[in-house]
Amino acid sequence: MDPVAIVGVGMTDIRRNRLEDTYADLVYEACQKALDDAGMTAADIDVVLTSSNDFFDGRTISSMAVMDACGSYDKNVSTVEGDGTFGAAHAVMRVLAGWGTCLFCVHHKGSESVMPLITNTMFDPIYERFLGIESIASSALQARAYMDAFGVTEEDCARVSVKNHGNAFKNPVAQLPLEITVEDVMASDYIAEPLKLLDCSPISDGASAVVIANQERAKGAAKKPVWVKGIGYNCDAFHLGDRDLSKSDALVAAAKKAYKDAGINDPPGQIDLAEVSDAFSYMELMWLEGLGLCGAGEGAGLTASGKTALDGALPVNPSGGCISGNPVLVSGLNRIIECVLQVRGDADAHQVAGVKTAVAQGFNGPCGQSQCVWLLGGDA
Amino acid sequence: MEDWRDGQEILVMDGRIKVPYNWSAGETGTRYLESLRDDKRFLGTRCPACEIVYHIPRMHCPDCFEECAEWVDLGSEGTLVTYTIVRRHHPQLSPLETPFGYGVMKLDGATTGFLHLLSEFDDGGLASGARVEAVFAEERTGSIMDVAYFRPVKGVV
Amino acid sequence: MMAATRVGIVGVGMTVQRSTRRDVTGIELINEAVRAALADADIKRKDIDAIVIGNMDHFEGINYVDTWSVDGSGALGKPIMKMTTGGTTGSTVAMGAYYHVASGMFDRVLAIGWEKNSESDTTGAIITAFDPFWDRPTFAGAVAGLALEATLYMNETGATEEDAAYIAVRDRRHALNNPYAHLRMDAKVEDIMATPYLSWPIKLGDMCPRTDGACAVLFASEGAVDEFPNPPAWVHGVADRHLWAYTSDPYVNQKVVGGTWFPAMERATEELYENVGITDALKQFDVAELYLPYSFAGLRYMESLGFCERGGGPALVHSGATDMGGECPVNPSGGVMSSNAIGATGLLRVAEAALQVQGRAGDRQVPGAALALATGFGGCYWSDELVLGKEKPDKVRG
Repeated sequence: MDPVAIVGVGMTDIRRNRLEDTYADLVYEACQKALDDAGMTAADIDVVLTSSNDFFDGRTISSMAVMDACGSYDKNVSTVEGDGTFGAAHAVMRVLAGWGTCLFCVHHKGSESVMPLITNTMFDPIYERFLGIESIASSALQARAYMDAFGVTEEDCARVSVKNHGNAFKNPVAQLPLEITVEDVMASDYIAEPLKLLDCSPISDGASAVVIANQERAKGAAKKPVWVKGIGYNCDAFHLGDRDLSKSDALVAAAKKAYKDAGINDPPGQIDLAEVSDAFSYMELMWLEGLGLCGAGEGAGLTASGKTALDGALPVNPSGGCISGNPVLVSGLNRIIECVLQVRGDADAHQVAGVKTAVAQGFNGPCGQSQCVWLLGGDA
Repeated sequence: MEDWRDGQEILVMDGRIKVPYNWSAGETGTRYLESLRDDKRFLGTRCPACEIVYHIPRMHCPDCFEECAEWVDLGSEGTLVTYTIVRRHHPQLSPLETPFGYGVMKLDGATTGFLHLLSEFDDGGLASGARVEAVFAEERTGSIMDVAYFRPVKGVV
Repeated sequence: MMAATRVGIVGVGMTVQRSTRRDVTGIELINEAVRAALADADIKRKDIDAIVIGNMDHFEGINYVDTWSVDGSGALGKPIMKMTTGGTTGSTVAMGAYYHVASGMFDRVLAIGWEKNSESDTTGAIITAFDPFWDRPTFAGAVAGLALEATLYMNETGATEEDAAYIAVRDRRHALNNPYAHLRMDAKVEDIMATPYLSWPIKLGDMCPRTDGACAVLFASEGAVDEFPNPPAWVHGVADRHLWAYTSDPYVNQKVVGGTWFPAMERATEELYENVGITDALKQFDVAELYLPYSFAGLRYMESLGFCERGGGPALVHSGATDMGGECPVNPSGGVMSSNAIGATGLLRVAEAALQVQGRAGDRQVPGAALALATGFGGCYWSDELVLGKEKPDKVRG
């Protein structure tokens, strides 16, 4: 892959309800932050991409709401729907195809809709939707399959929640810093067994943006460019019964492609930090395994050992992760942005020392059906 | 200096998207659902190349795209692949009162599992690998809800 | 600056466009077009590198179409992403797939556009496109917005309803040559004029229909095109502008952008034509597949696309230049006035343009077509534009 870098990043704070802000306000804030971070103005942007979801926004052609706020006026602009990792991948394609700079932004306001009613609409109208299935219950099916396959316990999963909510204290962007213990998680109410309230990510509002540039235009950036070393994405079957829910073939395939681009053949040895989409606590364990950062079924042991803690040998979600704030779609881009900040040395209170190579992961669809993996690094 | 935003109470507009839908089950889906309605029988379709019996039936194999023209009779019993007990649910979505269950069950004769509801189970009475059987609704209309739910088969460990 | 890999369209598949396809689910409709495209290109599913899919969500009420439709799209175990921009979705998906290949990341990318309009209340769904506070309470759907545009055009140029009606007549007559098209008829202007008014000056006959349909188009890199039996339709250039967020914006801002007709289309056209080297659209294009959402567009957009001067739309059309056999036939396929499965529509313009320059358009072939223009329209007066050619371009900018 030709050298492409992220030269500017911007995240709004993630909050339960950004009442004063419309989608356009949030996107404007994120885009302005990203441009300021890049030392650029809208005039320096060659092409714009947006990402949103019509159902969450209650609006078909949801991109229309932010067309003026994202600086797309009199520019080529397009829209990818879905997690920010995917839209950002398309932004990289634009730059590889010859555009000098691309601004990509993504928005979400969970506060403006009723989450289970929206996630129910991911499911097939003829065979599944009227069963009332939605994101939490379907993820519970995956959690059970995973836990049964490998003897993972609810306590093992709870450790992820404790770690990440604790990390959130050091990240002012995060919505939910919580000082909790495994017992607190275990005592929280079941929503759909084995998932309890504290195993689940919250409803959140937020927007984020990145400026992506080719090597030439990266020279003009205000801060150290962080290079896109590899991207891979892949999709599993849709019907839950068609899949082996205890593992993610899509993630393994996505990671394989991203690692090949980046020359990674020993992920735990060559990767310094991971930001993964822990929409539910069990997911961090599964995604670590899919990323090859440990063997199948070993996520629990890795976490219990402390290796993935902020001060561990391979910190995972030093930002607090999705469980500390999950503006859907935005979350994937935030994982990328957090990696960028870490590689740059700009992660302030939650900075991990000596991060050269970081991996970010996001997904679309039920039980992480469609997966996207990014490798980011300090050298071109 | 005063800003016009000071002391504002933000206006919020409540709304609901009311777009009616009428989803077609298609020819394959119609045959499957009619079989549930009229015969209380589950059907799958078989891919001749991959030798997979799909339940929910597919018109074409998602992998090799061959036509799955062969219909296969499946049992109404199967094995629970995974499950969850739902304790909190949105009232507009719930077909059953909480606590109820969702399961992925693999019916006898099918290669793939499928999603449906679980009920009539005791606390701790669900386990992966358990045998389950379908309970059909009294009134059936040609919908997946013609199956009321699945329940553990009694007397089977 | 990195140069884009050159990209050609090597396969096309489409379903027959009908008002209602009850025999299939949306997934099966998609699969029909995909299997047709794979057969056309003589390629197996396993050899596709990536997929881009789009539709207009609220027409089918499916959230995360990319993950839902895997069984039909062929995306099992493959990279897939969803792109959607309302009416322009089909052309957005085409441009998206083009960039997947132009980036060098993938060699064989399938673009899929589809819609099952029969499954929803179209106006009810379209209204949700508009801002809930400012536009939605007063806005009556797509037709009223277009009526504003038509009224402005008639006032400024003296064009008549009969002038516009001819576009509907022309395109549906062209559709008689296209076995895939939805509305196919040899009507007269009087027939259009006799249809009931929906929102003055737009009558039922001036509007595109609601259609169920799907289209799949295979894009290949210059290194891969020789694997395929069909000559590639090379992408010479792409450009778009999605300028507005509120329905009244285009009218108020006409002064700001120098009093142009359709700022998005004119700016996209300016950029595209400069990149591709178009100085005389009417002479240089052999054929145009244009997304005309309603009849008046067939007059006005010719001016914004540089086929004639401002106000010259009616004269151009009446001269016969845009009929089959004319200097630059417009919509030999029947266009959108004939078939409008929204997510597919913009992609069908690209597919039809590709078939033309490949010489594979059957009864609707424009003889010797070598350079084609394809456009997409949608949303808040947004414009997507692509140029396809028989000859391999030297270099593609952007």
